[in-house]
Amino acid sequence: MPVTQEELEAVIRAAIQVTYVNVEDNSGGCGEKYAVLIVSKDFEGKTTLARHRMVNEVLKTQIAQIHAFTQKTLTPQQWEDSQKASNATS
Amino acid sequence: MFRHISRLPLAALTRGSPRATSSVLRRLLSSEARAHIQNAIDASPLVLFMKGTPDLPQCGFSRAVIQVLDLHGVPPEKMRTYNVLEDPELRNGIKEFSEWPTVPQLYVKSEFIGGCDIVLGMHQSGELEDLLEKHSIIPKADEEAAARATSS
Repeated sequence: MPVTQEELEAVIRAAIQVTYVNVEDNSGGCGEKYAVLIVSKDFEGKTTLARHRMVNEVLKTQIAQIHAFTQKTLTPQQWEDSQKASNATS
Repeated sequence: MFRHISRLPLAALTRGSPRATSSVLRRLLSSEARAHIQNAIDASPLVLFMKGTPDLPQCGFSRAVIQVLDLHGVPPEKMRTYNVLEDPELRNGIKEFSEWPTVPQLYVKSEFIGGCDIVLGMHQSGELEDLLEKHSIIPKADEEAAARATSS
């Protein structure tokens, strides 16, 4: 049973208070390779390692079933800053 | 080398105690296996558990970490890599040891730093360079400049 984009997003939304979440399927349909961006105030005051550990724990079952998983975890403030930065350069 | 020290006791463990249920077995890394991984991590200032070897990485994520370490000029004598593809017990054991679901995994001075996403992020922010300098794995940028200045 392949892990779907919708499943990943639903599990994340159920466990973490997200401002924004984007699940990208890079597998070309086989459900093996995902890149996830999560913006949440739950990440405030946590190191990147702690944030990733939190997401790994939430998606434990799913990550075990897929081949490649990459994540970005930002606080709302960092997200805003990164949006501004990319707007400024484009 | 890791295969040497780990294979026997780890294999013995997985076949192990008939009383334990399989789910318990899977969750509990034996203290022996744990000690072997700990020794491996302590044996070198920088330790990378990866898929493949530095010359021939067998996964894009492992390759990316090797490239970043290479970019920072981490000298071979300060670094040790273990190919988890050659050792199924290590491949599973390290995930449990680090409480981290994926490989590669980077350790600096026996401390877990993270996987590929974290290492790349730290590389981009400059934190990785600071960390490597702090632990004298690479020379400090200003010392290097000073050394160049005095030698010329």
